Amino acid sequence: MDLSWMAWTWQTALFFSLILLALILMTIWSIKAPQAPRRGILGIETTPGDRLFISLLGSAFICLGWLAAIGSPLWWALVVCVIYALAVFRWV
Amino acid sequence: MNKTWNNKAWWMVLPVVLLVAFSAVIPLMTVVNYSVQDTFGNNQFFWAGLQWFEEIVNSERFHDALIRQFIFSAVILAIEIPLGIFIAMNMPKKGWAVPVCLVLMSLPLLIPWNVVGTIWQIFGRVDIGLLGASMKALGIDYNYTQNIADAWITVVVMDVWHWTSLVALLCYAGLQSIPEAYYQAARIDGASTWAIFRYIQLPKMRGVLLIAVLLRFMDSFMIYTEPFVVTGGGPGNATTFLSIDLVKMAIGQFDLGPAAAFSIIYFLIILLLSWVFYTVMTHLDKQGQKS
Repeated sequence: MDLSWMAWTWQTALFFSLILLALILMTIWSIKAPQAPRRGILGIETTPGDRLFISLLGSAFICLGWLAAIGSPLWWALVVCVIYALAVFRWV
Repeated sequence: MNKTWNNKAWWMVLPVVLLVAFSAVIPLMTVVNYSVQDTFGNNQFFWAGLQWFEEIVNSERFHDALIRQFIFSAVILAIEIPLGIFIAMNMPKKGWAVPVCLVLMSLPLLIPWNVVGTIWQIFGRVDIGLLGASMKALGIDYNYTQNIADAWITVVVMDVWHWTSLVALLCYAGLQSIPEAYYQAARIDGASTWAIFRYIQLPKMRGVLLIAVLLRFMDSFMIYTEPFVVTGGGPGNATTFLSIDLVKMAIGQFDLGPAAAFSIIYFLIILLLSWVFYTVMTHLDKQGQKS
């Protein structure tokens, strides 16, 4: 199967693999230790899956904001994203 | 009581997973791949890193199109939702007028986008169009090809004409599902028309309104064909919304890298706003059910 039209690069492949890995790990986690939805600082009920979604979507905007305000590279933005994701999983 | 858990039903989901993978996930992955590379055609790509994202988030052209898009979506939601509710409340509840009204209301929804665009493009023309010629006869200087305000009014009115029916029909379905007993109770309590609307009809329409707002927001946020046919994004760039700009960039200029970065940012904005809308409205729904 010729996938050259998809124009893969190892960087984007790594990016999608990490997202896939996160989804697999979250699935295993929810099977091993099921969690009821909880209400955090946003005042809405969230499951661990919702919190992953909020983390990923928020991280995308943090990176875009970083590019707009400071510019590349994004290493420090990634640090901010990790802190943000931890905060989401802890408090949202 | 011990329930038997059987997860085999998950296989039923497999066809839809495959379908979504082919129609959405794989194309989206390809767009992500394009967004970090440059190409001059011939399937040859060169690594560009985050250059296109940096260019797009700092580009005035993108900011302007985004602002226009937000204004457009806000305006049409502000018109179509209240108007749709108003129409639904005034539609006949029983008798022969119901099917007539439903068919008439559905007609605009059945017309394809490009046909709606063509209808309004001709309708608004000053030389042969009924609207344009009538405006001229009334002494109103109306020309959607040259005047920015006229172009905007035409595009907004066209969208309202095309899609208010959807909101009205959804609200009508919501209203029809309210049992008569609610109204009887309200009458016994001597509730005013406003009180009936505020405390019976509006809460009962919440579910359909959630769908109406979401559908109309997403649809208006990615509107392309109608303004493209009527104004072509003009005069100047006055009605160049995000998708029109995106198509210009991707197909007109063949800048696949920047266009891919543009569409990912566009996608993220839609995803965020839809999530916010959905979360807020389902949250309100849950609160409404509790109270």
